[in-house]
Amino acid sequence: MDDKVSIGMDSRRITTSQRETTRPFSLKKQSRLGENIIQGFLLFCGVLSMFTTIGIVIVLGSESIAFFRQVSIVEFLTNTVWSPQIDEFGILPLLLSTLLTSTIAMFIALPTGLAAAIYLSEYASRRARSILKPVLEVLAGVPTVVYGYFALKFMTPLLKSVFGEANVNIYNMASAGLVMGIMIIPLVSSMSEDALSAVPRALREGAYGLGATRLETAIKVVLPAGISGIIAAFVVAISRAVGETMIVAVAAGAKPTFTFNPFEAAETMTGHIARISGGDLSYASIDYNSIFAIGLTLFLMTLGLNMISRRLVRRFREVYE
Amino acid sequence: MTEKQTDTAQYTLVVRNMNVYYGAFRAINNVSLNIERNKITALIGPSGCGKSTVLRSLNRMNDLVNGARVEGEVLFHEQNLYANDVDAVEVRRRIGMVFQKPNPFPKSIYDNIAFGPRINGWKGTKSEMDDLVERCLRQAALWDDVKDKLKESGLALSGGQQQRLCIARALAVEPEVILMDEPCSALDPISTLKIEELMMELRQRYTIAIVTHNMQQAARASDYTAFFLMNDQRAGELVEYGPTGDLFTNPKDKRTEDYITGRFG
Repeated sequence: MDDKVSIGMDSRRITTSQRETTRPFSLKKQSRLGENIIQGFLLFCGVLSMFTTIGIVIVLGSESIAFFRQVSIVEFLTNTVWSPQIDEFGILPLLLSTLLTSTIAMFIALPTGLAAAIYLSEYASRRARSILKPVLEVLAGVPTVVYGYFALKFMTPLLKSVFGEANVNIYNMASAGLVMGIMIIPLVSSMSEDALSAVPRALREGAYGLGATRLETAIKVVLPAGISGIIAAFVVAISRAVGETMIVAVAAGAKPTFTFNPFEAAETMTGHIARISGGDLSYASIDYNSIFAIGLTLFLMTLGLNMISRRLVRRFREVYE
Repeated sequence: MTEKQTDTAQYTLVVRNMNVYYGAFRAINNVSLNIERNKITALIGPSGCGKSTVLRSLNRMNDLVNGARVEGEVLFHEQNLYANDVDAVEVRRRIGMVFQKPNPFPKSIYDNIAFGPRINGWKGTKSEMDDLVERCLRQAALWDDVKDKLKESGLALSGGQQQRLCIARALAVEPEVILMDEPCSALDPISTLKIEELMMELRQRYTIAIVTHNMQQAARASDYTAFFLMNDQRAGELVEYGPTGDLFTNPKDKRTEDYITGRFG
């Protein structure tokens, strides 16, 4: 037997002979300054995002209150005309446009992104993964303004050639929505793939051992087990689409229009905020306050989505460990 | 030809000159082994000797490992499982598997059992499925524990119960063979005994091959024992194979004797 018993770091090494001679030592609390500083820094980083959120809520809230002193909430929520020049402040045209473009985007991004995630996590060989993942990451790294012009210069002409020159406006929600969907695919696929990859291998083997095919294993075992992560991915994707600005600003149109036709031009909430705040707007005006009311609406929408998703996750979650 | 016929009449699985590779590494060297119908065959040996690899080659579970390759023949009803036209999914349906760590699906107890029949094209009614679930749970000696909570998650059960659920789940697709890969290594002694008793009962209807780390378990609960050891190239080899009683009381190979008397491993 080695007579040296080492505990932790070298400086604290004690030998059995030393122990026998009852060398005095102290168990008193010591101050560990470095540790405290780091702990404080970590806390600061955590709290920072919380304070930012609080700050945003305060600014949005106070400016919105100024707006709602002059325009009733009922008018704001029910009027189908948004035209600050003639004192019409109905959010509906902006909201509808946002919902239309986001819905179109989700029809592209959610199925495609999830399918890509299932392929990457359940089917892809190491080689296929090593090609596909970087490509998806490049797609995620393209600046959104580039996507905006891609919509305008590629998707819109494509839609025109398919649906007819006269039926499709040069600025339209379909084009913006479709390209936004493509932009969001990597987000959905990468978050969903993480969720699927986290499902233990043992569950897959259990399914294969019962004679399940790859598809049955993926759809009936892995997907349900990873559903909470996938719902989280979907919610982030929807929030991303609702909040996306540049693509819709470039390609969807610059006039608030209440229309259900995706081939028409209509400005979204974010597009409107970007355009108005870019112009020369005086701070005291109701126009200025109005964009904060729109911002607050956006904020509440994403907050609501997050709350719904938490419920969904709790309800459908298959806890696997 | 006559040799082959007698083989498959008496033996459920006939392994002939099997080599298993992981990439360039040969993990199993030239194993031949006959697994007798309605008996329990134990595969024993020290860690890394390839006993699990052999077991997982018996229902093409190794297909799922990147770079794994099997040479030689595994005959099941006179068909080589590794022939080009054999569907691994069909193989696994007929040769079921129970794993080291209990791995119930994160679904209800009922749905765990129903999973196998459903993916294999179950056509029966709801009440027939209820009967099947009950029958499988009874066979796995789990019915009395869970009959009032079939809708609860399989993961709410204790480790031993989970493993019996996994056995019941395997029974539900009515396989001919059940492969068990150290099914008791994560369980306490009492749960282990229950699984062993269960194996003894299942033997009447199924052929069982079990990998175990535990020599007492092999001695207690198997009819035949195969002892594996790594050779100099770190490839697993079959050292000795025979009726469990003979192998433990009168081993022919010195290395078997050393192992079962606890001199190494």
